[in-house]
Amino acid sequence: MKLFSFLFTSSIGRKILMSVTGLSLVAFLLVHCSINACIFFNDHGKTFNEAAAFMGNNWLIRSAEIGLFVGLLLHSFQGLYLWASNDQKRKQKYHTTAGNSNSKWYSRSMGILGSLLLLFLVLHLSHFWVVSRFTDELSETGSNTLFHKMSLIFQSPVIVIVYVIGCISLAYHLLHGFQSGFQSLGFNHPLLNPIIKNFGIVFSLLVPLIFASMPIVMYLGWIK
Amino acid sequence: MIKSMKINLKVWRQRNADSVGNFADYTVEASPDMSFLEMFDVLNEQLIENGREPVAFDHDCREGICGMCSMVINGRPHGPKRGVTTCQLHMRSFNDGDTISVEPWRANAFPVVKDLSVNRSAFDRIISAGGFISTNTGNAVDANTILIQKEIADEAFKAATCIGCGACVSACKNASAMLFVGAKVTQLSLLPQGKPEKESRVVAMVNQMDAEGFGACTNTGACFAECPKQIPLSVISTLNREYLSAKLSGK
Repeated sequence: MKLFSFLFTSSIGRKILMSVTGLSLVAFLLVHCSINACIFFNDHGKTFNEAAAFMGNNWLIRSAEIGLFVGLLLHSFQGLYLWASNDQKRKQKYHTTAGNSNSKWYSRSMGILGSLLLLFLVLHLSHFWVVSRFTDELSETGSNTLFHKMSLIFQSPVIVIVYVIGCISLAYHLLHGFQSGFQSLGFNHPLLNPIIKNFGIVFSLLVPLIFASMPIVMYLGWIK
Repeated sequence: MIKSMKINLKVWRQRNADSVGNFADYTVEASPDMSFLEMFDVLNEQLIENGREPVAFDHDCREGICGMCSMVINGRPHGPKRGVTTCQLHMRSFNDGDTISVEPWRANAFPVVKDLSVNRSAFDRIISAGGFISTNTGNAVDANTILIQKEIADEAFKAATCIGCGACVSACKNASAMLFVGAKVTQLSLLPQGKPEKESRVVAMVNQMDAEGFGACTNTGACFAECPKQIPLSVISTLNREYLSAKLSGK
């Protein structure tokens, strides 16, 4: 364990942990987004329910789910710690600031954006994950599937708006976090840098856009 | 004929590190061809003539190479121009009648000595921790006995142009010193003379950086944007990579 203690004690170690957990969460988002996009087959959720059932029953994926939660908790607590401790490094603040002239607002607001995402996740997990893992409310087939639960929850315009705000926070968090993760790992390559940057931008806009469209189309009744 | 400019200044005055500072308002008649520091010289002459205490500020070479001048001008370290130190900033970058706010570098690791002058010895202690190479003394070895690839030499030279002024710390929302430490680590680890100690060096310098109370890096890029020598952000990724590989090899 001593070998990895620097991940919790040094400033660079902490950033490396943020980056490894953050990039793992990016990989998870890709899987999550692909599975959920099955609702767009517009087959009353048949394909989506099958995919969700596969994810729920496969022991390999269930084991990875534990790793995902460990990663999420490490990312959240480490992020909150860094936010609080970095803020203390300049006790006497500047009276005149010109932040926008040297950096993007979202790169300076990762703590706020991450906290919004954490709050959103509590709501989101209680809507779907808790219900499907810990209660008998849902079945894999019939008229009470995860797909039905989705359409039920997205009847409320307030919840749809909250989900869209969650997706916007995610997009800005990713816009900085994606390329920042590679920088923290020491990844720097003249040919790959522009690819990471551009792929990061596309990923950060496309994935949250697909996620945000789900509650909207279900609310409007376009997907049934 | 050179037109004179009327400049309103809001200057941070602070007696010492323990006292509470505040802004003082001054008006200076300046020429557009003056450097920002020369405008401060005029201000100080005015203050002395009126029997008041002049503003303390750091300066030395006034050629943009010593790293001594500082000042956060209208919220930006070294003022509004890219790749320029305060001493090389000219009053023609401002307009007649402008109000300019001037504050010291602010970071816990850079305590105020007086007014706009801050103590940057934390940087010296980071260098003492590992920012050097160890060689046997004796006759100077001919420089051409060790061949260095041109691209590597250029990259090391680019990092070595860091003048250690501390604008990176001043610009960073976390008061992080990683652009400075990254520049020193990159410069030394790229060259054959620095390679033997590269692992122990990066760990010692990062430990000292943390001990001095500098923050962690959020990769906002503000340091690069405000750096008068435009040290690239790639030195921070080199620092991260060197640190990770040193730690994984048990250093």
